[in-house]
Amino acid sequence: MSLETLESAPATGALAELVAHATRLYEDLELKGVRDWKAQDPSRRAIGFLPVYVPREVIHAANALPVGIMGGGDQIEIVRGDSYFQSYICHLPRSVIELAVSGRLAALDGLVFPSICDVIRNLSGMFKVLLPDRWVHYLDLPQNFDRESGGRFYRHEMATIAKGVSALTGVEVTNERLSASISLYNENRRALAQLQQMRVASPWQVPATEYYLLLRASYVLPPQEHTDLIRRYMQLSAASGRVEQDNIRVMVRGAFCEQPPLGLLRTLERAGCYLVDDDLVLGARFIPQPIAQDGDPWQALVDAFLYHTLPTASKYDVQASKEADLVQSVKEVRADGVLLMAPSFCDPALLDQPMLAHALEKAGIPFTSFKYAEDTGQFQVIREQAGTFADAIKLWGTT
Amino acid sequence: MTVAVKDLSQDRQKQMIASHYARLSRAGQEGRKVVYTFVPGNLTELLNNLGLLPVLPEINALQSGMRGKTGEYIQVAEKAGHSEDVCTYVKADIGMLKSGNLGPTGEPLPRPDLLLLSYTGCFTFLKWFELLKREYDCPVVMLHVPYQGDGQITPAMRKYVSDQLRDVVIPALETLAGRKVDYDLLSEQLALSARAEEDLVWVLESAKHRPSPIDAYFGGVYYIGPIFTSFRGTTDAVEYYQLLRQEIQQRMDQGLGPVTPEGTLSQEKFRIVVEGPPNWTSFREFWRMFYGEGAVVVASSYTKVGGLYDRGFRHDPTQPLDTLADYCMGCYTNLNLPDRINLLEKYIHDYSADGFLINSVKSCNSFSAGQLLILRELEKRTGRSGGFIESDLVDPRYFSAANIKNRLESYFQMVDAKRARA
Repeated sequence: MSLETLESAPATGALAELVAHATRLYEDLELKGVRDWKAQDPSRRAIGFLPVYVPREVIHAANALPVGIMGGGDQIEIVRGDSYFQSYICHLPRSVIELAVSGRLAALDGLVFPSICDVIRNLSGMFKVLLPDRWVHYLDLPQNFDRESGGRFYRHEMATIAKGVSALTGVEVTNERLSASISLYNENRRALAQLQQMRVASPWQVPATEYYLLLRASYVLPPQEHTDLIRRYMQLSAASGRVEQDNIRVMVRGAFCEQPPLGLLRTLERAGCYLVDDDLVLGARFIPQPIAQDGDPWQALVDAFLYHTLPTASKYDVQASKEADLVQSVKEVRADGVLLMAPSFCDPALLDQPMLAHALEKAGIPFTSFKYAEDTGQFQVIREQAGTFADAIKLWGTT
Repeated sequence: MTVAVKDLSQDRQKQMIASHYARLSRAGQEGRKVVYTFVPGNLTELLNNLGLLPVLPEINALQSGMRGKTGEYIQVAEKAGHSEDVCTYVKADIGMLKSGNLGPTGEPLPRPDLLLLSYTGCFTFLKWFELLKREYDCPVVMLHVPYQGDGQITPAMRKYVSDQLRDVVIPALETLAGRKVDYDLLSEQLALSARAEEDLVWVLESAKHRPSPIDAYFGGVYYIGPIFTSFRGTTDAVEYYQLLRQEIQQRMDQGLGPVTPEGTLSQEKFRIVVEGPPNWTSFREFWRMFYGEGAVVVASSYTKVGGLYDRGFRHDPTQPLDTLADYCMGCYTNLNLPDRINLLEKYIHDYSADGFLINSVKSCNSFSAGQLLILRELEKRTGRSGGFIESDLVDPRYFSAANIKNRLESYFQMVDAKRARA
């Protein structure tokens, strides 16, 4: 049992309304919001994408809405999805298949599956078989970070996506349109960076669940609308008078693909942990800094991917620097400890974990690890573990 | 069954492998450099061209599995913090390393001077060598091989791989070797590769004959040994496959079935296509469950992981880098799921199979994710019976002999019943 189990005060008034709006977007597995957006202009199209990262600017520039598909979480019962996967495959593809075969993804005119692991890779082929009339593309993100080879290949991959989406919308991705999209997403990056700064400075003003809901909103809203949402949230939350609790500051790593249920994030806070940094919904901030807006926009996207994306388990660690990067990030956000929380059967996260754990041990940074699934429903064990972790740090500064 | 007699080709392969391990054991004394790399997308011709010695961690793991060592190795890795959920090849390798890195000859394997990460058809390879980099503190060279997501190799994909070969991989290997690639020799090696590939395809396709003179899965894993490991592009490999072909031809002429550990199979009752890798910890027992029922595997996808040659690809000595690129991208696990289904469907028809079976291994998501859809599609398209069993590559905890045997017996009964109705 933790010494303090207080979470941030619940939102009230306009802030509560905003959070409720974000919650509705999160719960909208039927993609009603996307259908409404499309209904406003018959030429509009929506393109789904799987974790972790796709260049949303390219899809947007072709007059389509990029829609992040993060599975069904704990909101849907898996009726048919389980029959497509063995027990030792992670949960996300089951719910994604469930969403597809139950017609919940009907609003999507195409889907992009980025290279992240063998399961998502093979899922792209399953969609080609199950939805033969839908445009389905496997995006092979380069693991070679040289501009002349990996960069050239990535540019070609983006051009393939542009061609595929343009064929659906009838809108060509010109340099002008792409630059305009980069500009809109850069505004979004600035807003997300400010929100992250606010969270690091005063995490009690940005509870983990609210932060998470805002990130998820970025996967269904047009970029400008999402930027406005974040800015309004920051104003309202700063004025909400929430007070700091006696919680520790933790960083989360390992949750970049299959997402934990909201209840798990709430549990962590109740157990006495402020989340000051994490890799949830990583694609929304995989390139944290604004992308260059002078010169060739395609090359700007290439360079941003090659040189300015965050380290994560699905990306080849060329410099063997993931350990140093992690320790540096812990210092930057002044985290007291790290939660290595990974989905069960997630190869990238779980194969990464021994390396990260070793680095944390060596640096004397407290950490604890546990696994979850997107539909985890029992949080008591995790609450005990996180609570004990928080107590140990509060009492002794270490575990 | 007749009494098991070792063929000349088996002896020849045994000698070749023994000589390779002998070279590895002398590598330190002789100052030869050692490169760890993977079977799919291996660049054996290049390594041999530069006098570098390859070590293949998957082969170490499977050999450890066959020697009954991996249960212990996996536990060593898990105690060191590796998750029970992840690839057991990786854990067997890490556990072996932490237990003295003893190879199949009982002597320690040399440490790598370089890790050649040919990232082909398996995401875990990437993490595996990130982990080994921490263990060995040696350089890593990455060759990113794009996946055939849209079922084809595009010019951009080929250029990406061949550019990496030219600009990254070859310079790193040359630096390690202290000499330049001999491109005339490389062409000769690639011509030898193509000759061996031709004979390998003939051997695998001999299973179209009734009765099949080979088992293309349990026997097949031995046949692919030389060409998938360190011998592609050598005269040794060419001679081995010529010898093997002659032996298979003789078997076919005499109307003999495949060789099993208990002799020649006398009656072919079932012709089966198998998808997925075998289990290595109980390999003989697993095999017996098939030949004990008179089942012969006439085609398998696993024998294509280190190179898919029966659709016509041969290494082209006139285009050394492009052909190596095409080879890498053409390996079985680099095919997208629809293409895998098409290939298996073709095997079922071309090899007149009575049914098909999926051995789904816990460790390998590259193979396993999507196999239940493969099962449905193949049943739908071919009307033949499909079976599904689960095991693992090298974790003995996941090989439930009674359960698998029970399932296989039921499956063969089902095939029999369906055949009787047809």
